[in-house]
Amino acid sequence: MTQNGMPNMVMPGDVITREARRAGQNVVLKGDMLVSSKVGRVSVTDDTVSVIGLAGKYVPHIDDLVIGKVISHSGQAWELDINSAYVGFLLATDVFGRDFASHADELSSKLGMGDLVAARVANFDRTRDPLLTIDDRDLGKIDSGVLVRIAPGKIASLIGRQGSMVQTIEKATNAAFTIGQNGLVVISCEGPEELLRAKKAIGVIEREAYLPGLLDKVTASLGSGSR
Amino acid sequence: MGGRESDLVLLNSDGIRCDGRKIDEPRRISIKAGVLNNANGSAYIEFGDNKILAGVFGPRDVHPKHQSDSNTGILRVRYHMQPYSVPERKRPAPSRREIEISKVIKEALLPAVILESFPRTAVDVYIEILQADGGSRCAALDVAAVALADAGIPMRDMVSACAAGKVADTIVLDINNEEDQAGQADMPIAVMPNSGQITLLQLDGILSTSEYKKCIETGLVGCKLVYELQKKALKERYFGGQGS
Repeated sequence: MTQNGMPNMVMPGDVITREARRAGQNVVLKGDMLVSSKVGRVSVTDDTVSVIGLAGKYVPHIDDLVIGKVISHSGQAWELDINSAYVGFLLATDVFGRDFASHADELSSKLGMGDLVAARVANFDRTRDPLLTIDDRDLGKIDSGVLVRIAPGKIASLIGRQGSMVQTIEKATNAAFTIGQNGLVVISCEGPEELLRAKKAIGVIEREAYLPGLLDKVTASLGSGSR
Repeated sequence: MGGRESDLVLLNSDGIRCDGRKIDEPRRISIKAGVLNNANGSAYIEFGDNKILAGVFGPRDVHPKHQSDSNTGILRVRYHMQPYSVPERKRPAPSRREIEISKVIKEALLPAVILESFPRTAVDVYIEILQADGGSRCAALDVAAVALADAGIPMRDMVSACAAGKVADTIVLDINNEEDQAGQADMPIAVMPNSGQITLLQLDGILSTSEYKKCIETGLVGCKLVYELQKKALKERYFGGQGS
């Protein structure tokens, strides 16, 4: 139980509280009860009760940074797999600029099948697929690194409070992390040994994101002298 | 309706059934969540001699496109028996019975699954019967619900199922294959355990009003037992067996 008398870990259908609170993400209001709709951890902020789902696909939110894999393209846009129920669209004008002409510019010259792209969700609602943009600093094609997948619900644990967790791993392994909110992480580092240690640390977060003392466990997995 | 003629003693004078169980005792049940790497969610159940695997994909793009609904997601369920799941080789093409069970499982899961959150998508549930014993539709429903939760599909509640039936003029819990063949009635029940809403109720056989009521009560007790095991399987998968 958490300090407010609510359960910490919940399953679909579990009653979280009967108190008058707002239903946040992954919580449904049933009569006077707030009920969890996913397996996850309960999070209470102000008067809103949410469940951080430990499983499931990424649900796009505007302004999220995501990493997408090019799976197809039409004459006007690329289609990116963003580990979501929906395919992300990246418009050709975003990459080629305003003077893009579909008859003259070949999309595959810029991004080919399987390429990884760091992008931001520009627009998304129930009626349309997520529209992505790379029109920002540090966005665009990812040229090097290794792709690692983690449940989107565990991304917050990977980042840690004010980035403490990812900074610890980066410092210990000399690696650079590009973290997509959609659960895709690109690790760039110098040698295979550092890469293995970074992957091992992510594995610890994937398995034990719900347990207390996570930072210590990750630090231990990185070996001595990591702090 | 008296079931098939058989020399088998379904219930002896001590109230012990043909497989050694008491009348209110379910078969041995074990559930494991997250057994497949390539599906979005999966689970495996052993329910007596039933061995069933379920894999869930989605929410994902709908193909064929004409099935997609712009207001909500759709649920598709396939219940399939492997050719080696029964003593006589079963032809692998979907039979009338499999099509019917796929339909009733889908309809039993639909009230629990929140598909409105994912318009224009499909959630696909594939259930493979590796070994069949009596009550495979209930076991399939139990494992499908765990696989859906494992896939992170939002659900209003879990769905737990268990059969009850009438054997030698007695209402018993969780009937096995022999009791199904030679017994007098079989009633599979599925319920959303927290809300108490029944999502599947079938009856093969004839029961009096009082027997019918008792059969439902008995089946619901079985559903509750199954629900605890479903929760345990998910706890083990996500919280290492901890959890409140």
